[in-house]
Order: sequence, then structure tokens, then C-alpha cells
Amino acid sequence: MSAIDTGAALPQQKTDYIPVLLPLALALAAFPLIGSFSTWTTLTLAGLAMGMMIFAMASGLTLVFGLMDVMNFGHGAFVAVGAYVAVVAFAPMVALTQSPSLASNLMALIPAMLLAMAVTGVAGYVFERLLVRPVYGQHLKQILITMGGLIVIEQLLYATFGPQLNPLPLPAALRGSIPLGAAAIEKYRLLAVVVGLIVFLALQFTLTRTKIGLLIRAGVENGEMVEALGYRIRRLFVGVFMAGSALAGLGGLMWALYREQAHASIGGEMMVTTFIVIIIGGLGSVGGCFIGSVLLALLANYAGFLAPKVALISNIALMVAVLLWRPRGLYPVTSR
Amino acid sequence: MILSGNPPRGKLLTALLVLVVVVLALAPFLFPGSKPANVAAKICVFALLVASYDLLLGYAGIVSFAHTMFFGIGAYGIAITLYALGPSWGAILLGLGAAILVAALFALAIGLFSLRVQTIFFAMVTLAVASAFAVLASQLSWLTGGEDGRTFRVPEMLRPGFRLIENGPFGITISGRTLSYYLVFCSVVVLFLVMLRIVESPFGRVLQAIRENPFRAEALGYRIIYHRTLANVLAAVFAACAGALNALWLRYTGPDTSLSFNIMIDILLIVVIGGMGTLYGAIIGAALFVLAENYLQTLMGAAFGALNASGAGFVANFFNPDRWLLWLGILFILSVYFFPTGIVGKLRAEPKS
Repeated sequence: MSAIDTGAALPQQKTDYIPVLLPLALALAAFPLIGSFSTWTTLTLAGLAMGMMIFAMASGLTLVFGLMDVMNFGHGAFVAVGAYVAVVAFAPMVALTQSPSLASNLMALIPAMLLAMAVTGVAGYVFERLLVRPVYGQHLKQILITMGGLIVIEQLLYATFGPQLNPLPLPAALRGSIPLGAAAIEKYRLLAVVVGLIVFLALQFTLTRTKIGLLIRAGVENGEMVEALGYRIRRLFVGVFMAGSALAGLGGLMWALYREQAHASIGGEMMVTTFIVIIIGGLGSVGGCFIGSVLLALLANYAGFLAPKVALISNIALMVAVLLWRPRGLYPVTSR
Repeated sequence: MILSGNPPRGKLLTALLVLVVVVLALAPFLFPGSKPANVAAKICVFALLVASYDLLLGYAGIVSFAHTMFFGIGAYGIAITLYALGPSWGAILLGLGAAILVAALFALAIGLFSLRVQTIFFAMVTLAVASAFAVLASQLSWLTGGEDGRTFRVPEMLRPGFRLIENGPFGITISGRTLSYYLVFCSVVVLFLVMLRIVESPFGRVLQAIRENPFRAEALGYRIIYHRTLANVLAAVFAACAGALNALWLRYTGPDTSLSFNIMIDILLIVVIGGMGTLYGAIIGAALFVLAENYLQTLMGAAFGALNASGAGFVANFFNPDRWLLWLGILFILSVYFFPTGIVGKLRAEPKS
């Protein structure tokens, strides 16, 4: 009698695989141009590592925007805070970081990472409370206020740590590279790829396999409906904001170690890159942000090798190209 | 006021504006010397630059981070032509014309590309484009002089050595520097009046309508994208003029004086503290800001020294003259919260019903 077949699977959206193929296509296309396999491997790994670090910084930004419709122009400040946490945390652990054993290096690095995430998470809470909350829904004021937040935090960092560059030597066991055939693979980049993948998988797991993730995704689609079902979306907002800030802090720490120096200006520098990445990925989409980061970093590395002058504008060229193809980014989020 | 039917309103505000304008008009005679002249010229240039940004932010409700790019296009237009063609008025006109054209085309392209969507998207795209432009300008050294920038010569009449009147009545000397200053001052006054006229025109009214309620404006039959793009182009052209004037005054153009992101932050601070959507806020804001930049730091230096001497080393860091942006940043956030119309809004009397 019933025309509805209850056993049939729910209709699902088709998964769009074309963007996933883009980084692969780029890597393959670059191979004949570069010629040598070892150089190509080194560049690709460098690109992946850079992409993972950018992803860690950008993922929070895109998630916050997707869920709360808040674009945090002060996100870069958390990146800078993360970098300075590395400086402060490593100072008392010189014995551990300079020991040649990887285990004791990690004993210094992992607590530093956790500390960076904790500090920036708390900073994110305060930032949300003081600056973002009063201006929900007012885009113009949001942009201005969060930009003001960036200026103030940057200046506070300068006032506390001084305006100079703070050297941040890599832990001893992570310096140098592992020879792999003719290619040299830098150890730290390998670590960055691993950490980035862990972040990505953890995010994907949380978003697709847990109840909180379900609520977040539902909130991105339709916040009012989630509220109507009795969930306090405000708490979810704050949680996501803190998590996003913590990820920015982690990314900042990784980036500062990669550059082996910490300075408050990296916040502003990375802000532009993270914006380009999340525009490419589609505002609000974590998967798109991941692909965007990898794509941008790979292109930057290949272009830097093949045509250094072109590399200066490779980011912006990539953004324009992607937007011409898909005006709302690789994975447009429907509700935005 | 003149030509526009847009008076400042409010006695105190009018008095302040008149004071600023009169002091600026007489600056070379009131305060001889090169530092006051530089301060006065910078106030003029920033008043124009910030007013053009206000056209965008305050009237059209668009946040752009590419305003320094247009400022830089104007400055580099003058620098490149004067450097290549030698000091002549023709070269200045050519440079200005080319800069205005390039700025307008860039603004048109960016506007059509990204103004269709949200404010946020436009803000992000302009930030990205402006940073790419700044990198490009510092790298194409054959054209722009790279990080060093271009120092160039201006026409004879504008050089410091030139004397129009030497020891005239009341011991007045009018040098090329004085003439340069009046070139800047008069251009700024004219362009500012044009902007006042624009915001009071039907076009300006539609812009404000779109800012307040885009859906309603569209329902009334106004093309949002057309008005916003035109506002973007106009703002870019005025910014390019400001850049050209700045270059003529400094006789130098480099990334730090024309393209750096710090200038963008200065513009934001001035427009918000002075008062968004008022235009007059640009004059008051620029005057206060540039004066503070040049003289407040001395004051902070004194506080810094005193605190350092009293042993409060850590606290003293927050009063280091280099940290003055910290205090301005806090003031900026507070003004966005509590005085969204800035100083001008506070000073304006309630309009008579």
C-alpha cells in the first residue's frame, strides 16, 4: 500500500571529485616541466608540507565563517600568538630540543603544540567574547572590529616581546634531511605533513562521525532550524571559534619553526594566504580549504623553481583562475 | 556648504573645520620650516585619501583593502613618467592621466569581479589583490625602482631652490616649496568639494539607500552592482589623485610611502575615528592623526622615559613611542562600538525636525 520504500537508501548528494583531482593533475603536469625526478619529489613534499601548515591556519577561519557567518580578520593574530608560544615554551626546554634523540625532541615539541593550542584557544574565547559577539550579523563592523583586534594583539606582542626577530631553532633531530634515492626529504617537512594530515583527519572525523560534527554541519546549513530543535547554537559557536583559534595557533607554531624565527608580522602575512585559500576552497568548506591549501602550496613551490618571478603572483593567479571556473570556490557551501 | 548643500552642521564642528582649513591654508607662513610643511602637506593628502575611502566605506558600505593600491598607482604614475621623461608639466599630466586610467580600470575589474557577492568577499579579494600588487611593485625594479623606489625631479617652479618672491612685503619668501604646498592644498580643496557634491547628488543618495537596505533599493529599480562599481571606480580615481599629489610633494615614490599595508591601517583608523559617512570626518581625523603621529609620540617618549626611570620596565614598554598604534587600535575598537559616526557624529548637532 505504501508507495514509499523504507528500505531504500536516502538520496545522497553526488560527491564532486573533480577538485580532488586538481592537485594530482598539477603535480603530474609539473613533472615534465621540472624534468628531474628527485627535484620534483623534493618540491612536491615541500609543497605538501607548506599546504598542511596553511591548512591548519585556514581551517579554523573557514569553519568559523561557515558556521557563524563571521569573517575574522584578526585570525592572523592567533597565528602570531602561536609562534610566540613556541619561543616561550622552548626556552626552558633547551636540553630537550637540542638533544639529538627524536624522542626527547618530541617531548618538547608536543607539549609546546598543546600549549600553543591552549593559549590561542583561550585567546580565541576572550576575542569572541569581547570583540565578535557584540557585532554578530553586522559584516561591516565585524571586519573593522576584528581588524582592530589584529592591530592591538600585534602591538601587544611587540610590547611584550620587543620588535626584534626571535630566532627559533628547530629541534636537533628534525634538522637536515633524509636522502631518498637522489631526492632529499627534509625531516621537518615530513613532520609537518604528518601533523597536517592528523589535523585534517581529526577534523573530518569530528565533522562527519560525531554528534557535535553533525550539529556543526547542520548549523552551517540552517542555524535557526538547529536552534528550533533545542540545541544551544551559541555554545557551539564559541566552541568552534576556540577550536579555530587553537588550530591557527598550532599552524603558527609549525610555521614559525619552519621559518626558524618568530615575529608578530607573520600574522598579517599569513592572513592574506589563508584568505586566498579559503576563497579558493569555497567560504565555509573544510574539504575545499584542504584542497585549496595543497593546490596553492604546490603551485607556489613549482612556480618558485620554474619561474621565480611568476611565483610572486601565483597565489592570486590561482585564485582568479579558480573563481573564473567556479565563482564561489571549489566547494560552494549552499547556504552562503 | 559650497556647491553641495551639505553643511557640516553643528557650531563646534564648523568652527573646528574652519580652524583646520584656515591653518592649513596659511601653514607655510604660520609655521616656517620643513617639518611643519611636511606635516601640513601630509594632512592635506590624507584628508583627500581618507575622504575618498569614506565614499566607499561610509557611503556605499563597502570595505576595501585595496585603497593603498590606488594611492600607489597614482604615486607611481607620477614617479615613472617624471623619472623617464624628465621634469615637465606635460609629464605630470601624462603620469596623472595614465594613473587615473589604470586605477579606474583596476577598480572596474575588481568591482565587476567581486562586488556581486557579499561585503566580506570583496574585502578579502581586495586584500589579496592589494598584497599581490605591492609585491609586484617592489619586484619589478626596472619599472618601479624596486624596494628603493624612485627619486625624481619636479618642474623648476616646484623645486626648493626656486624663488617666486624673495624677501617681499613683510619679509615673505615664496619658494618652490611653498608653491608645491599650495598645489597640493588647492587640488585637495577642489577634489574634496567635488566629493561633497557627489555624495549629495542623486547618485550619492542611491548609494546610501543601497547601504541601508540593498533589497529595497533594488526593488525600487536601482542596479546595485552598477552603483557600487561606480563608487569603487570613483574612490579609486580620487585615491590615485591623492597618491599623485603625495608623490609630487615628496619628490619620491617607494613601496613604504605609497603601498604599504600600514597606510591602509592608517586610513581605516582615521576614517573610523574621524567619522564614517560624513566626509568631514576625513579632515578632522587626518588632522588629528597626523598631528598625533608627529607630536604625540614625543609625549609618549617622555612617559616612556619617566616610567623606565621609575623601574616599571615592563609597563613602560606599552608607552614606548613605537607602540602608539596599540593605543590608536584600542581607540579604534572603542569608536566602532560606541561612536560609529566618530568625532564628527559626536560634534554634529541633532538635525532640526
